[in-house]
Amino acid sequence: MAILLEYLFNGALLGVIYALVAVGFTLFFGVLDVIKFSHGDVLTLGAYSGLAAFVSLELLGLDLPVVSLIFVLVVAMLVTGLAGIAIGQFFVVPMRGSPAFNILLMTLMIGTAIHECIRLFVPGGANPKAFPTLLPRTPIEIGGAYIRLDSLLLLVLGIGVIVVTNWMVRHTKLGLAIRAVAQDGDTAQIMGIPFRRVVLATFALGSMLAGVAGVMNGLYYSEINFNVGVLLGVIGFSSAVVGGLGSIWGAIIGGFSFAALQTVWVLFFPEMSGYRDVFAFTTIIVLMTIWPTGIIAERYSERV
Amino acid sequence: MASENQWVIASALVASLFLSFGIARTKAGRDFAAILQNSGSWIVLLIPVAGLAIGLALHEEHFALMMLATVLIYALACIGLTIQFGYAGVINFAGIAFFGIGGYTAAVLGGMGLPSLLVLLAGGLVSAAIGCILILPVLRTKGHYAALITIAFVLLFRSFLEVNHTLGGPQGLRVESATIAGQSLFTGIRIGSFEASFYLNYVLLALVLLAIFFLMARFLEKSWIGINLDSMREDPVGAAVFGVNVAYWRIMSFVIGNVLIGIAGATFAMMQTFIAPSNFTFQQSLLMLAIVVLGGIGNLWAVIPAAILVVVVPEKLQAISEYRFLVFAILVVLVLRFRPNGLFPRSMRNFRKEVGQ
Repeated sequence: MAILLEYLFNGALLGVIYALVAVGFTLFFGVLDVIKFSHGDVLTLGAYSGLAAFVSLELLGLDLPVVSLIFVLVVAMLVTGLAGIAIGQFFVVPMRGSPAFNILLMTLMIGTAIHECIRLFVPGGANPKAFPTLLPRTPIEIGGAYIRLDSLLLLVLGIGVIVVTNWMVRHTKLGLAIRAVAQDGDTAQIMGIPFRRVVLATFALGSMLAGVAGVMNGLYYSEINFNVGVLLGVIGFSSAVVGGLGSIWGAIIGGFSFAALQTVWVLFFPEMSGYRDVFAFTTIIVLMTIWPTGIIAERYSERV
Repeated sequence: MASENQWVIASALVASLFLSFGIARTKAGRDFAAILQNSGSWIVLLIPVAGLAIGLALHEEHFALMMLATVLIYALACIGLTIQFGYAGVINFAGIAFFGIGGYTAAVLGGMGLPSLLVLLAGGLVSAAIGCILILPVLRTKGHYAALITIAFVLLFRSFLEVNHTLGGPQGLRVESATIAGQSLFTGIRIGSFEASFYLNYVLLALVLLAIFFLMARFLEKSWIGINLDSMREDPVGAAVFGVNVAYWRIMSFVIGNVLIGIAGATFAMMQTFIAPSNFTFQQSLLMLAIVVLGGIGNLWAVIPAAILVVVVPEKLQAISEYRFLVFAILVVLVLRFRPNGLFPRSMRNFRKEVGQ
C-alpha cells in the first residue's frame, strides 16, 4: 500500500512535468497550427540558464534558499521566453503555410543546434551536471510511505503553474486574444487583434512553461544533461497529440497518462523497468491508430 | 602538413558550395541537370563507372575507401527515403531504425551461416516486415500525427536495443563479414601486383546495389506509378477522385522504401562487422533526412552529392568533426528557411514533350 502511494506520487510528479511541456506544444499548435519541436531543447536551455543563475548567485556569495529558487526560476523563464520569441519571430512565423514536414524538420534542427551549442560551449557540457538542491529534502511520512518534501513542493509548484496558465488563457485579455487567434487567425486580425504579437506572446508563454519544467526536472533528478530535452520533448509532444492538439485539458490529460503508462509498467514488471519507454511509446502508437487526432479531437475536421 | 590539408579541404568545401549554387542557378547547370534527368537509363552507368574509377584510384587507402562505401550505402538508404517522402509524401522520421533493423538482421542471420546475398535481402525484407506494423497508424494519421508515430518508433527502437540482452544490449553485436561466391569480402582482392584494401570489395558491392536500386527508383519515377505517387502527394483527395488507390500506394511506397533502407543497413553492418544501439540514434535519423532535404526533396541525383557532403566532410575536416551536428543543423535550417525545396529541387516533368514524341 505504502509502495503504491510512493509510485502514485512519483508518477504524478512526472505527469506534471510532462503536462507542462505538452501545454506548450498545444498552445503553439493552437495559434499557428505548427509543431515547434525545438521545445524540448528550449527546456534544456531553461535548465542550464537556471543553473547558471544559481552559480552566479553563489559567486556573489548570496545564500538565501527561497530567493535563489525564485531567481533561478525567473532567469530560466526569461531566457526560455526570449528563446521562444526569437524562434517564433525568425523561423516559425515566416514559415507558416509551408508543409508540416518542413517546419517539423526545421524546428527539430533548431533544437539540435541549441543542445549541440550547450554540449560544445558550456564548460563540461558533454557530461551530466549536478543541479543544486534548493528545496528541503526532509522525508514526510504519509500513510506509511515516505515522500520527500521537495517533491511535494515541486508537485504543488507544477500544478500551480498549470492552473495559472489555464486561468490566463480563460480569463485574461491576452488569453481571449490567444483563443480568438486559435479559432480563426484571419477573422481575429480583422477584429483588430495584433496577430503577430499574440502569436509571439503565446510562444513566450509556452516556452516559459518549458523553462519551469526544465528547472523542476533538474531539481527532481538533481542532475541535468544536454540531452534531457530530446526525450522530454518527444514525450511532451506525444502527450499533447494523444490528448488532442489544441486543447489544454487534452495536454494535461496526455501528460498524466504518459506518466501513468510508465509508472504502471514499472509497478507490474519491476525487473523489466528498462522497457517502460518501449511500452509507453508502443501504447502511444496504438492509441494514435485508434484515435488518429487524439482523444479530445481537433474541433475542426477536414472537409472533403 | 596536416593543417595545410585542412585548408585544402575547407576551400574545396566552399568551392563546392558555390559550384552547387552555380549549378542550381545558371543555364549550363540546369541543362546538365536536365541531361541527368531526361537521358535514357544508360546514364545511371555513370554511378558505377565513376565509383569504380575512384575506388581503383584509392585502392590502398583503407579509410578513404570506407568513406566511399559509407557514402554509397547512405545514398542507397536515402533513395529509399526519397521514394517514401519525395515521391509518395509519406513522412518517415524513422529511417535509421529501419537501417538498424537491417543491420541487426544481418548480425543474427549472418551468424547462422546463411549466404551473404540472402542475408542482405533478408535485411531488407525484415525491415519492411517490421515496418508493416506501422502501416496502419501511418495510413490513418496525417501530417504532425504521422510524424509523431515514426519519431516514437525510432525512440522505442533505440531503447528496446539498449535493454534487450539477446541483441547484445548497449554493447551491440558482432556481424559476420560477407562472403560472395566463395570469396570472403574480408580479404582484399589480389591480382598479380595489384593489392587492394578489403574495403574495395564493399565499395563494389555497394556500387552494384546502388546502381540497381537507383535504376529501379528511376523507372518507378518515370512510370505510371510515379505519376500516381506525384498526384497523391500533391492532392490525395483529388487523386482518389481520379481513381488512384491512395492507401495502396502509400503502403507500397513505405514498404519499398523500407526494403531499400534495410538492405543498406545490412550492407553497412557487414562492412563495419560490428553494430551497437549508439549507431542508431534519432540524431542519425535526422542526418539521413538532412541528406534528402539538402539535395532536394525528390531529386535522386542530388542524393549523392548531399551524401558526400554529410558523410565525408565532417570526417575529413577534423576542425568541424566535433561540431558536425551543429553545422548540419544550421545548414538544414537555412536551406529550409530560404530554399524550402532543397539545393537542387526536383524539376517538374514535362509531359507535353513526352506525349509529343
